[in-house]
Amino acid sequence: MAPLLEIKGLKTHFSTDDGILQAVDGVDISINKGETLCVVGESGCGKTVTAMSILKLIAMPPGRIAAGQIIFEGRDLVPLTSNQLDEIRAKEIGFIFQEPMTSLNPVLTIGEQIAESLRRHEAVTKKQALERTIEMLKLVQIPNAEGRVHNYPHQFSGGMRQRVMIAMALACKPKLIIADEPTTALDVTIQAQILDLLQDMKDRFGMAVMLITHAMGVVAETAQRVVVMYAGKVVEEAPVDDLFGDPRHPYTQGLIRSIPRIDLDSEHKTRLEAIGGSVPILINPPVGCRFAPRCKFAMNVCTEKEPLLREIAPGHRMACHLGDPNLGAAS
Amino acid sequence: MSQYVLRRLLIAVPSLLAISLVLFVVLALAPGDPFSELATNPNVPPEVQAALRAKFGLDDPIYLRYLHWLNAMLHGDWGFSFVSRMNVDTLILQRLPATLYVIGSAQILALLIAIPVGVYAATKPYSLFDQIANTLAFVGFSLPTFFTGILFILIFSVTLDWLPFVYTTDIKATGIRWVLEMIRQAIMPVAVLGLFQAASMTRFVRSAMLDVIRLDYVTTARAKGLGQTTVIIKHVMRNAMIPVVTLIALQMPAVFGGAIVTEQIFRIPGIGSLLISSILSNDTPVVMAVTFVFACLVVLFNLIADVLYGWLDPRISLR
Repeated sequence: MAPLLEIKGLKTHFSTDDGILQAVDGVDISINKGETLCVVGESGCGKTVTAMSILKLIAMPPGRIAAGQIIFEGRDLVPLTSNQLDEIRAKEIGFIFQEPMTSLNPVLTIGEQIAESLRRHEAVTKKQALERTIEMLKLVQIPNAEGRVHNYPHQFSGGMRQRVMIAMALACKPKLIIADEPTTALDVTIQAQILDLLQDMKDRFGMAVMLITHAMGVVAETAQRVVVMYAGKVVEEAPVDDLFGDPRHPYTQGLIRSIPRIDLDSEHKTRLEAIGGSVPILINPPVGCRFAPRCKFAMNVCTEKEPLLREIAPGHRMACHLGDPNLGAAS
Repeated sequence: MSQYVLRRLLIAVPSLLAISLVLFVVLALAPGDPFSELATNPNVPPEVQAALRAKFGLDDPIYLRYLHWLNAMLHGDWGFSFVSRMNVDTLILQRLPATLYVIGSAQILALLIAIPVGVYAATKPYSLFDQIANTLAFVGFSLPTFFTGILFILIFSVTLDWLPFVYTTDIKATGIRWVLEMIRQAIMPVAVLGLFQAASMTRFVRSAMLDVIRLDYVTTARAKGLGQTTVIIKHVMRNAMIPVVTLIALQMPAVFGGAIVTEQIFRIPGIGSLLISSILSNDTPVVMAVTFVFACLVVLFNLIADVLYGWLDPRISLR
C-alpha cells in the first residue's frame, strides 16, 4: 500500500546574510494512513521546518525548497503554487501549532476562526458553519461550547486554546494532522489531556498524525513509528518498541538516556546523562557525520564520510558507521 | 462604556483648567501689549487709553484677569479681538471652513495613499515596489512643506500657469463653476500637505503590517488555505490597523488647528494663519482662544483614540 504522505530527499534551505542555511538536508519520511508517526530531535534540528515545508508554510523568501518531493496521495506538492496548496491546506492536511497563546488571532472570536476554515473548504451556510463549530468545540471537550464559541482567544487558558486549535485543525476532517510540539507550551497535567484528546480524535476520525516533539516520553506514549532527526537529517527510523528496546544510533541512545527515570531504586540511580554540546549551525556544515563532534564513538571515518541510512532490521533504519559491515576493518 | 467615557470627561476638566492656566500665564508674561498700537496713536488721548485699559481689565493682577477670562469663557464669551474688532468666536468660525476643507482633504488624500501603498509594500518586503515606495516616502518626509509648496507654485502657477497660487474665499462665480474653482485652488495645498503626511504614514502602516505579518496566527490563517488576500485583509490588516487608527485619531486635532506653514504659503485664510497673524499683532484673546480650542481637541481625541482602541481590540476592556 502506498503511504499517505511520502517525503523524498527534501532539502529546505534559507538564505541568510552568512550564507545558505541547510535547515533540512535530504529528509525521507513516510506516513501511512491512520498511523501516528513521531518526529523527534532537539531544538534546531529541522523538525518544524520539515513539517512547515509540506504545506509551504515557511517564509519564502528567505526559505526555499531546494530539492525533493512531497507526495501526498500520489501527487507531488512541491511544484504546486500557494493557491493550489490552499485546496489541500486544512482540507486534506491540518496543522496544530506549538504555541496556543500566539497561534490564534486575538481580535477574532474562536468561533469565527474555526468557521472560516469550514466556509473556505465546504459549501456551508454561516449558520451551518456555526453549528459545526459548536459541534467541534464539544468534541474537544470545551465546556459550554454554545456560549464559548463567541469568546475571544484571550478568554481561554493555554490548554483550552490548544483544544481550540485541535478543533480548528479537525474541522474539515483532514486525512493527516501535523502537530508541531502541541504540548510543549503547556504544563504537564494539561499535556497528558491534550495527548489523550489527540489520540481520541485520531481513533474517531481515523486520520494519520505526524507528531513533532522533543519529549521522548510523549513518543513512547503515542507513536507507532518514530523518526529521529539530527541537524537536518534523519538519523534513525524504527517502530516505537524497537527504538526504545534497541536504539542503534548514538544520538538516539543519548536521547533515551536523557529521560529522567523515577522507577529505578536508589542503588541503580545514576546521574542523568546529557548529550554534550549543541546542534551545529547548518551553514556550510562539515563533511561526514554531523553528530560526530558530539559522539562518544566517533571514528576517523565519521569526519570523512557521511553515513547513509541503511536497514538493520525490518522497518528499522539508521545512519551511522558503527557496525557497518561494508566499512570492514576501519571500524 | 458610557461610564468610562463620563469618567474620562470628568478627569479632563482639571487637566483643561491646568492647560488654560498655563496658556494664560505664558501669554501674560510674553512681551507685547494688545494696545501698543493705541499707545503710539497720537489721536487717542491718554485718558481714553486709560479708560479702555481699565474696561478690559488689562492692568489688573494676573489671577484676577485669569478668573475674569475663565468666567467669561464659561458663559460662552470668547473675548474680543482687538485687531479684527470682532468677537473671537465669530472670527474662528469664519476661518474654520477653509481649514477643515483644505487640511481635511489633505488628510484623506494621505490615508488613501498611505494605507494601500503601506499594505502592499509590507506584503512584498524588499521587492521593487517596496523599495520604490520606501525611497519616495523617505524623500517625501525629508522635504519640508515650505519647500515643496514653493516648488509647486513655481511649476504649476508661475511657469505653467495652471493653478492659482493664492487661495481666496470670495470666488466670483456661482454653481458648478464655484465648485470647480474651489477644487482648483485647493489642489496644490492639498497635494503638498497630503503627500507630506502620506510619506510618514506609509512607513508607519508598512511597519505595523510587517510587525503583524510575521506572527504565529498569520501562519495559522495560511494553514487554513484562506488565500493571500483574505489572510492579509482579515488577519493582518485588522490587527495592524489598531495602532494606525490610534495615530490618525491623535492627528485629528491638527486638522482643526490647521497647518500653519502650508496655510501661510498658499495664503489660506484658515485657523493656522489666524494664529500666526494674531501672535504677530499681540492679539492675545484670539491666541488664547485658538490654543485653548486646540487643547480641548487634543484631550477629546485622546479619549476617542482610547475608545476606538477598546473597540478594535477585544483584549482591552474599558472600565
